[in-house]
Amino acid sequence: MEKRATFSNLWLAAAFIAPQMLLIFVFFYWPSGEALYWSLTLEPPFGGSNQWVGLQNFMTVFEDPKYWNSVRVSLTFAFSATVLSLAIAALLALFVDRRLPGHQVYKFTFFLPYALAAPAVGLAFRFIFSPDAGFVSVINNAFPGLWNPALNGYDAFTLIVLAQSWKMVGYNFIFFLAALQSIPRTISEAGAMDGASVLQRMRDIQLPLITPTLFFLIVINITDSFVDSFGIVDITTSGGPARATELMVYKIYTDGFQGKDYSLAAAQSIVLMVLVIALTFIQFRFVERRVHYR
Amino acid sequence: MKRLILLATTAIVVASGANAAERTKFEFWYGLTGDLGEVVAKHCQLFNQSQDKYEAVCTGQGGYDKAEQNTIAAYRSKQHPTVVQIYDAGTVNFMLSGAIYPATKFAKDYGLDIDWKAYFPGIANYYATSSGEMWSFPYNSSTAVFYWNKEAFAKIGKTEAPKTWAEFGEDLKAMKAAGVPCGFAFDFDSWMDLEQFSATNSIPLATLDNGYGGLGAELAFNKTAFVDHMKDFKSWLDAGYAKIQTKQMGKDVVQAFADGTCAATITSIANHGTVHNTQAKDLKWDVAMMPVLDAAKRTNSMVGGASLWVMEGKSKAEYEAAAAFLKYVTAPDTGEKYIAENTGYIPVTTKGYELLKSEGFYKEPKRVNRDIAIASLTASDVTPLSRGIRLGNFTSVRAELRSELEAAFTGQKDMQTAIDAVVERGNQILRRYEQTYKGVALP
Repeated sequence: MEKRATFSNLWLAAAFIAPQMLLIFVFFYWPSGEALYWSLTLEPPFGGSNQWVGLQNFMTVFEDPKYWNSVRVSLTFAFSATVLSLAIAALLALFVDRRLPGHQVYKFTFFLPYALAAPAVGLAFRFIFSPDAGFVSVINNAFPGLWNPALNGYDAFTLIVLAQSWKMVGYNFIFFLAALQSIPRTISEAGAMDGASVLQRMRDIQLPLITPTLFFLIVINITDSFVDSFGIVDITTSGGPARATELMVYKIYTDGFQGKDYSLAAAQSIVLMVLVIALTFIQFRFVERRVHYR
Repeated sequence: MKRLILLATTAIVVASGANAAERTKFEFWYGLTGDLGEVVAKHCQLFNQSQDKYEAVCTGQGGYDKAEQNTIAAYRSKQHPTVVQIYDAGTVNFMLSGAIYPATKFAKDYGLDIDWKAYFPGIANYYATSSGEMWSFPYNSSTAVFYWNKEAFAKIGKTEAPKTWAEFGEDLKAMKAAGVPCGFAFDFDSWMDLEQFSATNSIPLATLDNGYGGLGAELAFNKTAFVDHMKDFKSWLDAGYAKIQTKQMGKDVVQAFADGTCAATITSIANHGTVHNTQAKDLKWDVAMMPVLDAAKRTNSMVGGASLWVMEGKSKAEYEAAAAFLKYVTAPDTGEKYIAENTGYIPVTTKGYELLKSEGFYKEPKRVNRDIAIASLTASDVTPLSRGIRLGNFTSVRAELRSELEAAFTGQKDMQTAIDAVVERGNQILRRYEQTYKGVALP
C-alpha cells in the first residue's frame, strides 16, 4: 500500500495553498481570462463599447499569411537557438568538468551573460554586428555587402539566433555542469580503464547520464525563445527586414501596442499560449519517454 | 552643468516646499525623450517657478508611442493625467476616444484666450475636426525638409538645392560622376517617403480626402505617382547614387548626413539642431524645401510632431491648473519661443513667428534658414490632400509599408507588387478599425 502524508484538516490545507493559488489566479488565470474575452470581441483602445464578434479575430489571424510567416519564423528561431545554445553549453560544461587549468574562472564567466536583460543583450549585439559602425564593419570593408542584417533577412535572423543562444548559454552551462558533477567519478574512471578515450567517454557515458537535465533544458529554452525573445528583436531588428525576424511575440506587440488593436493581439496571445502548452505537452508525452531518470 | 541645474532645482524645491503643499497639482505626461525630453521637463519647471498657485507634475513616458499606450492603459483604470502630449499619428485615436476634453471647449470653459486663427493653417487643419474645431493644442511642430551638403553640390557646379525630383535625379548622377560616394541617404519612413511626398504634390494617399471625410476611407497610393517615386529611389540605389541608412545599419539618415557620408537627405526640421551639434567639423550644409514633381504646383507640406490633449474626468481645480499651464506653454514668448530656442521645432502661430523674426532669431548662424520649414508648411493654401491624414490605426499601415518596402528594395519583390500588398493589407486594417468604431462618426 502506498504511503501518503495527508492533512486531516482540509481547511488548514486550503489555507496553506491559498496564497499560491491567489498569486496564480491574479497573475495567470485572470489576465488569461481577460485576454480570451478580448479575443472574442472588438475592443476600442480606450475601452467602452466593445462588441461580441465570436471567432472573427481568430479567423483574421489564421487567414493572414503574415501570421503564418511569424509562426514559421518563431519555430525556426526556437529550434535553432535551442540547438545552438545547448550544444555550446554542453561542450563548455564537458570541458570545464574535466577540471582543466582555470576552470573556476570559466565557470564564473560563462554564467555572466544570463544575468543580462534581453534588451541589453540586443543593444550589445546591435553595436557589435551593425554593418556600418560595428566591429563587423571591418569584415564588411574587406568584403563589401557580406554582412548586412538591416537588409538581408538571413543575416538578421542569424543575428537574433546568436544573441538568444549567447544569452542562454550561461544558464544551460550551469545546469549541465551540475549534472555532470553529480555523475560518480568511478563510472568515467571505469570507462577510462577499459580504454575509452576522452571523447568516447563523453559521448557514451556522460551525455546519456545527463539526459534528464538535457530534457529539462530543452523545455526551458524553447519556452524562453518563444516568450522572452522580445527584447532582443525589438532592439536589434524591429522584426525586419521584410518580416524576416518577426516572431509571434513581436507581432503581438506591434499589433497590440503600436497598432492599438487589442483584440487582434489578444487572439494571437491565446494562440501563442496554446502553442507553448502544446509543445511542452508533446515534449513531456513523447520526448520524456526516452529520458532515464536515475 | 547638469549637476548644477539639478542642485538648483532641488534647492528651489526645498525652498518652496512650504508653498508647494498649497499648490494645486495636476499631471502632465509627455512622450519626447533624450535632449528633447529634458527641454519639456525644463518647460514644466519654468512654469512652476513662474507662479505659486499651480504645480505641473511632469512625467516622461519614454517615447511617443509609449505615451499613447500608457495614457490608454491609465485611462482604462482611471489613473490618467490631466494633460498629455500625443504625436500626430495618435490624433485620430484620441478624437474618437471619448476620453478627451476638446481644446476649443476647454479654452472657452476655462477662459483661455487663444486666437485659433493665428495658428498656421497647415497646423490648425491637421489637428482640427471636419468642422474646423481644434481639439488639441499644437505644441512641438515640425515638417520634413531637404538637407543638402553645399560642398558636394558645389562639385557639380550647383549653389542651390534641387527644386524637383527630376532635377535631383540628374544631380545624383552628376555627383556620382564627380566622385561623391553617396548622394542621398534615405530610409523606409512613411512620413517622408509617402506622406510628405503626397502632400507636397497634392497626390491622394487615401480616398475621402485622406480619411477626413469618414472612417470608410480606402488607401489609394498604389495608383499614384508614389509608385514611380519609389521606383526612382530603387534605381538610384541600384546605380549607387543613394544609400539606405537605418538605425539597424549603425547610422540613421541624420547621422549619415551629419558626418558627411551622404550629400543629402530628407528628414524633420526638428533635426536641424541635432545636425549642428553632431556634424563633422567644416561640414557646410543648408536646408531647403523638399523637391516636388512640378515646381510650379508645390503645395504645403504636412505638419509632424505632437500636440497637447486635455483628458476628461478631472476636477475643476485640476483643470484650472491645467489651463494656466496651457496658457504658459502656448504663449508666443514663454511657449513657442522657448521651444524654438531649445529644439529644432518651429513656432506654430504667426504671432510666435513674428516675435522670433523681430528678435533676429533666424539670423543666428546656427539657425539660418531654419524657417524654411514654415515656408514649406505655408507654400500654398491648404488643400484637401495636403491637409493631413486621418486614418485609423495608421501606425500599422506605416509598419506594413516599411516591411514591404524592405522587401522591394532588397529585390525580393517588384515595387508595384509590394505597394499593392501594402494597400490591400492596409485596407483590411482600416476596415477592422471602422468595425471597431461601428456607429461612431469621425468628429
